[in-house]
Order: sequence, then structure tokens, then C-alpha cells
Amino acid sequence: MNKADYKGVYVFVEQRDGQIQSVALELLGKARVLADKLGENVVAFYPGYKNAESAKELIAWGADKVVLIDAPELKDYITEQYSQAMSQAIDHYKPSIVLLGATTIGRDLGPRLASRLETGLTADCTGLDISEDRDLMMTRPAFGGNLMATILCSEHRPQMSTVRPGVMQKGTRDASRVGEIENFTPSFDPSKFKVKLVKAVKEEKGKIDITEAKILVSGGRGVANSEGFAKLQALADVVGGVVSSSRAMVDAGVMPHEVQVGQTGKTVRPDLYMACGISGAIQHLAGMEESDFIVAINKDKFAPIFGVADVGIVGDVHKIVPMLTEKLSKLMAAKK
Amino acid sequence: MNIIVCVKQVPDTTAVKIDPVKHTLIREGVPSIMNPDDKGGLELALELKDKVGAKVTVITMGPPQADLVLREALAMGADRAILLTDRAFAGADTLATSNALAGALKVLDYDLVITGRQAIDGDTAQVGPEMAEHLGLPQVSYVVDCEYNGENKFTVKKETEDGYEILEVEGPALFTVLASGYKARYMNVALIVDAFDKEVEIWPASKLDISPEKLGLKGSPTKVMKAFTKETKPAGQLYELEPEQAVDVIIEKLKEKFII
Repeated sequence: MNKADYKGVYVFVEQRDGQIQSVALELLGKARVLADKLGENVVAFYPGYKNAESAKELIAWGADKVVLIDAPELKDYITEQYSQAMSQAIDHYKPSIVLLGATTIGRDLGPRLASRLETGLTADCTGLDISEDRDLMMTRPAFGGNLMATILCSEHRPQMSTVRPGVMQKGTRDASRVGEIENFTPSFDPSKFKVKLVKAVKEEKGKIDITEAKILVSGGRGVANSEGFAKLQALADVVGGVVSSSRAMVDAGVMPHEVQVGQTGKTVRPDLYMACGISGAIQHLAGMEESDFIVAINKDKFAPIFGVADVGIVGDVHKIVPMLTEKLSKLMAAKK
Repeated sequence: MNIIVCVKQVPDTTAVKIDPVKHTLIREGVPSIMNPDDKGGLELALELKDKVGAKVTVITMGPPQADLVLREALAMGADRAILLTDRAFAGADTLATSNALAGALKVLDYDLVITGRQAIDGDTAQVGPEMAEHLGLPQVSYVVDCEYNGENKFTVKKETEDGYEILEVEGPALFTVLASGYKARYMNVALIVDAFDKEVEIWPASKLDISPEKLGLKGSPTKVMKAFTKETKPAGQLYELEPEQAVDVIIEKLKEKFII
């Protein structure tokens, strides 16, 4: 393998039902930064079926070129079909770097491809940069997030990594950007197709135990009373979540102890923690700061909860929560 | 049916602490456990054994003391245990690990290969699919339910971000399993006694069908350049907006994270 033959930063563009996933645009944003450092191009691999229409979107989001891989075999994601198409495209275009979203699709396809191409893959990267030797430096958490490691794949190409949704920043959409769209036609070997998709089902999420819940809508002093908590419950119902509480509202007798989050309550680590009217005492933070994603709504812009929140909204929960509930319930109804 | 389950012995990462002065991992006193997703995979294998009859072989790669997780597996009901242990395996990344495991599987008979989705000390979720590729097997990852339909055909349920998929698979195949799908059984008292009398087969690298260059550090395309402790989480973005716009910001962020 001659490293010099491999050029360009390539992004695997994930689509579901023809919808380009946000993570792909985030990867294009990062790819743009990396490619500019290398003085190379950003190329989007866009596999799917009848999605040619949206290919120019990828140029607006930072791609110099889109490789459109259009085939009925690629309508739904299935490992082998996608592996055949993508490995042939990689063999043909010889990318230096290939980025994939760390989704149930990217984390299934990435290792299959890396193994087929006999190269390295680094999962769930939180940082990507270019070294002095022009190699990709991939930083990721290890040991349950207790440690970070920076990893190189300097002797093999392509250098591959997956990145979780929401980790990288999108660039700025520019519809006037110019780029080329090229078709790539893979040749499939159907004798290897051993998996058939029978059906894909979308379902609401949510459980009862607050430590088991994937989504928690949590209320504090700002929610004030049981009428306030009824608003949180309505929101939780819409997103398939569970209502929890800060200590203040438990001590006030508004909420039961079993839903209390914090040092004297329960430690939770949901996918989404929505802190509504919670100021964020250190004991409360200790019980929830490991949540994957934290949205906080509070009137006081200096509330400590904003120090751990991924998204902080300065505002009144009594106004924002009902509006959010209404809008989300329309969105959810439209999905069904 | 012959089922091979790949398991890993891992430090219980929930018990790992960081030395506040030296910023290194404190490993002393951290218990070693069977990786939770692997244990879920073993449970799937044992349920298939209960329902349709199967011989369940557990295999692990690790130091000699990894023998313990294999004995635990035997005490849960596995029939045969193989420990791949050799200095040649040291320093392996996911690709080199998958080469070693696939090299062992190539000299064994199987109708179904099961791994956990990912190990809690690395969280990569790569070894299963990489093995499937080496062995030329179809794979389904994120499996939470599985029915055997006879004639080497399976119906599996795969968890996705927003629901699930039902897939029909023609075996032999490889599944990576989620602990949430299979609540593992306890060790059986009678089997615990047996487990310590049973032989755990020790296999060195020479017993595997794989070239030595593909093992350990030599066979690893990725290398750790440096390791460091995590900085405290930076605060996210703060928005001071009208309620309508604030609601739109929240919805957009939730979509990005696949939460809605």
C-alpha cells in the first residue's frame, strides 16, 4: 500500500427513508476543517435509492464532490448490501480518511468495512485533528469515560472513525457552493445476501423506574406545585419519558421520594435529562451530570444547572414546557 | 446446533476511580466481571440450548486469569470452554483481536456465533462485526430477541435508535447481543462444583488458523498515541430567546441526538 495514493476526506452519508441524517452534516462540517488543513477535498459517499435530488444539499453543507451510489439494493440499510457497495467505492476512490456516524448503522457498517479493507477503525471519536505527519489523530473516551485516548492509524489507509451524533458542529449551509455529483455503480453479489428486512417499527420510548428511564423530565422549585408537575407529565407522555424531581419538591411534599434525583435520591444517567426550574445544587448535579444529554430551562441565567447543561434555555418553564409539549405532540403525530 | 459465544473479562468500569493527583486509573481493588453484553449473549445461547438443543462453547482471549469468566459460563450451563492465551496476542486492537478469535473459530464447528454488542472497557462494538467479516458470515448487531425457525433460519429483533427491526437470517450467522435483551440466569449450584472440575482448554496462537503477523501489536493498524484523563465537561450553549424560538432550539437539538 502506498499512502500517497490515498487522498481526500470522505463522509459516509447516512439516510433513513431518504432523509439525510443530521450526523452526516456534522461530519461534513468536521471533514471540511480536516480537508482544509490537508489541502484536500471533502467527498460525500451517498448510498441509497432514488435520493439524487438531495445530493446537492451535501455540497451546500461542505462537500466538494458527491459520489452518488444509487441502487434498489440500498433502499434500506442491510449490512452486506451496504458493505459491498461501500467497499467497492472505497477501493475505487482511495480515500485517506473515511468518517461515519456512530449510529446503529455506522457502528454496524464501520467495523465490517474496516475488516474487509484490513484497516483500522476508531469508534465514537470525540475529537479529530491532523498531526504534523498529516495523519488523523482520533481521540475517544475509554474505560467508561474515565480516560481519553488519542489513536493513530499511520500505516494503513483509509483511516476510519465513527463519531456520535451531536459531537461535531455542522458548517454553515451555503446553497451557492459549487461541487460535482458523480455516479458510482457497484456490482452486487446477491449470493451473499443472507439477511432480509421483514419490518422496521418506530416506537415510543420510556419506562417507569427513573434509573431505567431513557428520558427524564425533572422538576424543581421553579415548577412550584402539582399543577406545574402536571405540565411536566404531559411533556413526558409525549416523548415517552418519566417525571422526576429535585429534593426541594420532595421535601415540600409535592413529589414522592422514589422519583428524587440527587445525592440523597437516585443517580440517573438517561439519554435525555430535562431539568425544568431546577437551579442545580451540587447534590443534585452529582445525581444527573452523567446523563448523555442535558437540557435545562431556568429563569436565572446564573443557575449552576447551566454549567452541566448541553442546551441551556433562560426562560419560564410554565410558558416553555406547554409550548414544547404541543409542538412535540404534533411532530410525533405526524410521524405515525 | 453448535453455538460459540465469545466473552470478555473486563474491569467493572463503574468501580474504576481516577487518582486525583497523578490523573491515572486506579485499578487496584477493581473487580473483574464477565462483560454484561457478552453475558446477555451467553443467555441467548443457553435459551436456545434449552429450547431446541445445542452445544454451547464459550471462548475468550485474555491472560490466564480470564479462566474465571469461562468457569462462570460453565456454571451457567455452557458445555465447553476455550481460553486463547499467548504473549503473541498482547497489544491487540479490535482488528487483531477479531483475527485471533476468527482464527480459533476456523478450527471449530459452529452454526451460530454470538458476541456481546460491546465491552464496557472499550465500548467499540467492533470485534463482533470484524469477526463476521473474516468468517464470511452474515451479521446482525444490537440483537434483543431471537427465534430459531429450524433449518438454520433465525428471526431476530434488532434494536435501533427509534424502535426496532425484524430480520430473517439464514445461518450460519453472527449476532451481537444487548444485555438489555437477555437477563442472564444465575450460576447453578451443581454446575458451579462441576465448573471447577471441568477442563478449560488453553489454546496458544499456534493452534489458530491465522498468520502470526495478524495478531497482537503487529496485527493492529491502530496505535494509542497518548492517554489522558478527561477534562471536566464544558458548559453547553446558553440561549436567551423568546419562548417560541427556545422551543424550536430544543426540538432541533433533540432531533440531532435521535431522541425524538
